[in-house]
Amino acid sequence: MQAIFILWLRQVKRYSRSRAQVVASLGQPLMYLFVLGFGLGPVYQQAGRGSYLQFVAPGVVGMSVLFTSIFSGIGLLWDRQFGFLKETLVAPVPRLHIMIGHTLGGATVALIQGLLVLIVCFIAGFRPEHLSTVPLAMLFMTLIAIVFAGLGTAIGSTLQNMQGFQLIMNFLVMPIFFLSGALFPLNNIPTALAVVTKLDPLTYGVDGLRGAFIGLSHFGMVTDAAVLFGAAWIFLALGAWSFSKIQV
Amino acid sequence: MIHAQDLTKTFGAVKAVDGVSFDVREGEIFAFLGPNGAGKTTTIQMLTTLQAPTSGSISIDGLDPRTHPHEVRRRFGIVFQDPSLDGELTAQENLELHGVLYRVPRKVRLERSEMLLKLFELWEKRNAIVKTFSGGMKRRLEIARGFLHAPRILFLDEPTLGLDPQSRNQLWTQVRHLNDSEKVTVFLTTHYMDEADRIAQRIAIIDHGRIVAQGSSQELKQQTGTESLEQAFLALTGSTIRDESAGANDQMRQFAKAWRR
Repeated sequence: MQAIFILWLRQVKRYSRSRAQVVASLGQPLMYLFVLGFGLGPVYQQAGRGSYLQFVAPGVVGMSVLFTSIFSGIGLLWDRQFGFLKETLVAPVPRLHIMIGHTLGGATVALIQGLLVLIVCFIAGFRPEHLSTVPLAMLFMTLIAIVFAGLGTAIGSTLQNMQGFQLIMNFLVMPIFFLSGALFPLNNIPTALAVVTKLDPLTYGVDGLRGAFIGLSHFGMVTDAAVLFGAAWIFLALGAWSFSKIQV
Repeated sequence: MIHAQDLTKTFGAVKAVDGVSFDVREGEIFAFLGPNGAGKTTTIQMLTTLQAPTSGSISIDGLDPRTHPHEVRRRFGIVFQDPSLDGELTAQENLELHGVLYRVPRKVRLERSEMLLKLFELWEKRNAIVKTFSGGMKRRLEIARGFLHAPRILFLDEPTLGLDPQSRNQLWTQVRHLNDSEKVTVFLTTHYMDEADRIAQRIAIIDHGRIVAQGSSQELKQQTGTESLEQAFLALTGSTIRDESAGANDQMRQFAKAWRR
């Protein structure tokens, strides 16, 4: 247990020390929020669906949790490059504990990052139905964070170099984001797209966040939470398995 | 303390280590010498549970690394050829993390970190972030960390590579001090003959995965009829230059090094 805690703490400390990066990583969600929120706002309103900013803000929060958690997991690749991974692998600690510490650390960092983006959304004019919805939203943020930190750990254990990283970014992370319904409503979309969005775990995360914040849920929050919970177990198991296969 | 019998490791068609046998006695400093690609690092990896031998047996303090990996890991400290510190943490935090992973009680952890940081002249720098350290300081911190959990054996894989003569000299003085005061058995690999000559009680020379000679520095010189250990080494291993073929891992290592700068 102590090993899990100290490796978790390591991730949080590293995050808290990289202030420049924290600020920089707020840039992308801000761009989506302002450019899309205000740019598409009038069209969305004319279509009779209310405020686009209200709609897109939960999606942007989900996005930042996705990015931060998956990259924290992939951070394992850096630990391998810079050698620190060997220090943990040769320690008298079960690999599963190392993996859990690393993954939960990444998920925690992602949750903090998501909350920072949420604050920015408040400042931009996003108003949830009620402040009491924030804890429920945090539950969904936590679930998203664990799902994708697990996936990130699985990827980070398998990737051998930085070239692969770009590939993951373009062909996995961006599609997960764009196909999640973070930017568009899921009603009346073409069947093919509907099928793909249903396979994307982030869809349920964003849907859950919308349900919590603005009372607008496509699948229902219970379904959302159940799917995320299942996905979390699957990806954690996948992460643990890949991590156990790492060769020094 | 370390007993290896007919140790063999093959990677595909390549025999990296081929039937190596040796004994390291408790409390001694034992040096493994060999040209590039001779099998030194692979041997260390097998002794330290990081690679399973293809065949042969190992006993570390009476335990088999394959059946008792955690007990074996608790008994040794290791300093890898490449850095393995967390550059974003402070020196003290790196030691703290290590101590927790090795379940050193908190009080002992603090006492020993203080003692080791002072010994390796890093006490003033204990709260500085490690990435700001010089190469020599990082190396000293790694060795201090290797001693933190009071291991019975310390493995040092080319610990002085890339250090200036002053740092090398100082480093060996400190290692020898700990070897003496804590009765730690030291197993080291090095390229520098003068170091092995000065530091090690016994030396094994490995080439093409096989041990070609072992004994004290004096014995090796006598055996080959040479005056210095360097000459003995060349007499035993030949003087052709060995180029390691650069695999993907080596290239990544280079890449990582370039990034660190």
